[in-house]
Amino acid sequence: MLYRITGQFKTNYRSDYALFPVRQDMFLLAVILFFAWVVFPLMASEFAFQTLLIPVLIYALAALGLNILTGYAGQLSLGTGAFMGVGAYACYKLVTIFPDLNLMLAIGFSGLFSAAIGLAFGLPSLRIKGFYLAIATLAAQFFLVWLFEKWSWLYNYNASGAIQVPTIDMFGITVSGPTASSMVQYYFVLFIVSVITILAINITRGRIGRMWKAVRDMDIAAELVGINLLRAKLIAFGVSSYIVGVSGALFVFLWRGAAEPNLFDIPLSFRILFIAIIGGLGSILGNFLGAILIIALPVILNIIPEAFGVEVDSSLLEHINIMIIGALIIAVLIIEPHGLARIWAVIREKLIIWPFPH
Amino acid sequence: MDVLHKILVAPFIDMAAAPDFLMQVLWEGLVSGVLYALIALGFVLIYKSSRIFNFAQGIMVVFAALTLVGLHEKGVPALLAVPLTLVVMFVLAVAIERVVLRPLVNQPDVILFMATIGITLFLIGFGEMIFGGENKVMITEQLMIPTGAYTFEPFGGFLLIEQKDLTAVVGAGILVLVLLVFLNRSKMGRAIRALGDDHQAALSVGISLSTIWVLVWFIAGIIALATGIVWGARAGVSFALEVIAFKALPVLMLGGLESVTGAIVGGLAIGVLEKLFEIYWGQPLMGGNTETWFAFVFALIILLFRPQGLFGEKIIERV
Repeated sequence: MLYRITGQFKTNYRSDYALFPVRQDMFLLAVILFFAWVVFPLMASEFAFQTLLIPVLIYALAALGLNILTGYAGQLSLGTGAFMGVGAYACYKLVTIFPDLNLMLAIGFSGLFSAAIGLAFGLPSLRIKGFYLAIATLAAQFFLVWLFEKWSWLYNYNASGAIQVPTIDMFGITVSGPTASSMVQYYFVLFIVSVITILAINITRGRIGRMWKAVRDMDIAAELVGINLLRAKLIAFGVSSYIVGVSGALFVFLWRGAAEPNLFDIPLSFRILFIAIIGGLGSILGNFLGAILIIALPVILNIIPEAFGVEVDSSLLEHINIMIIGALIIAVLIIEPHGLARIWAVIREKLIIWPFPH
Repeated sequence: MDVLHKILVAPFIDMAAAPDFLMQVLWEGLVSGVLYALIALGFVLIYKSSRIFNFAQGIMVVFAALTLVGLHEKGVPALLAVPLTLVVMFVLAVAIERVVLRPLVNQPDVILFMATIGITLFLIGFGEMIFGGENKVMITEQLMIPTGAYTFEPFGGFLLIEQKDLTAVVGAGILVLVLLVFLNRSKMGRAIRALGDDHQAALSVGISLSTIWVLVWFIAGIIALATGIVWGARAGVSFALEVIAFKALPVLMLGGLESVTGAIVGGLAIGVLEKLFEIYWGQPLMGGNTETWFAFVFALIILLFRPQGLFGEKIIERV
């Protein structure tokens, strides 16, 4: 009833291909954006900013980067964490070499470094396919993390081997470092995530996105209809690594505040892969739904026993947490292999035709 | 010139100068290679028969080893704990087939791969909850594995070969032989291979998909237990063992995803080469710890020339 689309006529092709062919979608998105930009920042506590809002956005952005490569272009990657690391370390070096550089620019540039490395590791994808390629991306994962540890120039030769985020001001407001306020950081992240999401939606809707989907569905057939496979795959690797790199820089500069090489190890790559899968491969919305689920779930699980006044050992809780995420992945795959985004699509379809079954 | 000399000449001079040390390095590499080969074998078996890339093989190794040690800690005699662990692995195989695989039949490969990652996480959480996260000692002596060492003096040097490593190599060899005979000679083994060739054709001649899947996962469980005992005897039993699961992946790349021979040859090659590289190139020139990535980079380079691995089936693609 709420989603009745009768009366919304398409009179030309342009309106048929519009970003929001259904008016209610636009309304819903406006409500969500209103909450994200106005309501949440006003209501959220420090705890909510640091454990829910900021990480959800950053993880969703990283998953978006992975999703472009895996969900749209069909190249399974297990090295996302390392590319986040490249973004973070590049940003760190940029900020130390050019201390007056605007942080937003620094983060934007640092994505270019991880894009370049992503291109280099994407080159084999023309010859290596499927699971072989997935394992090949692990080469990037392990090699880069090793490099973060051994190449002391990257962390300015400091003794701890970790990078510490300096205090950086932008237009007179502190945006990073220990003294920055959470609300400023949230808006900073939200702005970058919003911009990249809009760009990503339009890339995937356009010519490049259709090229990727053709390569994903069957690369030889795509080649036969005149798509340059090397170019399509390399663009996917480049764009994906750029977004992942930016999310890595945000991850360290706007959220963690400090990073050691092992932060970017395999578990991080896998967590982002889970977000992309549970959310739905080949969907932009899915990354946000997946991130909300994967990031919020541990927080909720921690709160539930307290709410009932039960004392539960924190390590036990941690183990239950891992088990639940594992079971959740299997459950989502069995119920709907295309993830939460598809579940929403089904619900939306049902709402449109309601009260009729077909 | 100096750099080139350091990379291309100096390591070989070192090797020639101390042949006994070189032999020790080769032996160590061979032993870890056997372990990589065993894990890779578990992967290959499941991949061959069901096209499932079983990420959970590594965690099954840990789980099997923990169950064995845990049972022994509860007072079960060691020689009884082994069959009991096998029962646990069988139950696990049945449960995985029933709960996870059966509803996912006919899904794309990548979905099944994700499901095995789900299994991995579940088993990590479950295992840590039951057995705790701390390092445990493998019950080597109770299983009657000799723990002494032989020493040799080749070229006037010194070579140490531990009996438990020797047992591991011999045991793994026997396991592989039995497995090959089983796969090639027995009715069940033929059914497994038939299923690997063509699911529908195999189903139509009356081979039960679910029985074979349970069987294959059970065999993978047996291999996991063997690997767990051997590796646990060397390094203790904890979830840190998980990392060796990653080591089996370049082995698979190198050998080919569906080749038993490939798993063995690839495992041995990677075991030996990564040790050599670490000792003669990694530690003097790169600050060490190159074992984390060497195997992957090496396999990646080989794969550029042979995209299906050394022994994999030729990939024929049709539109």
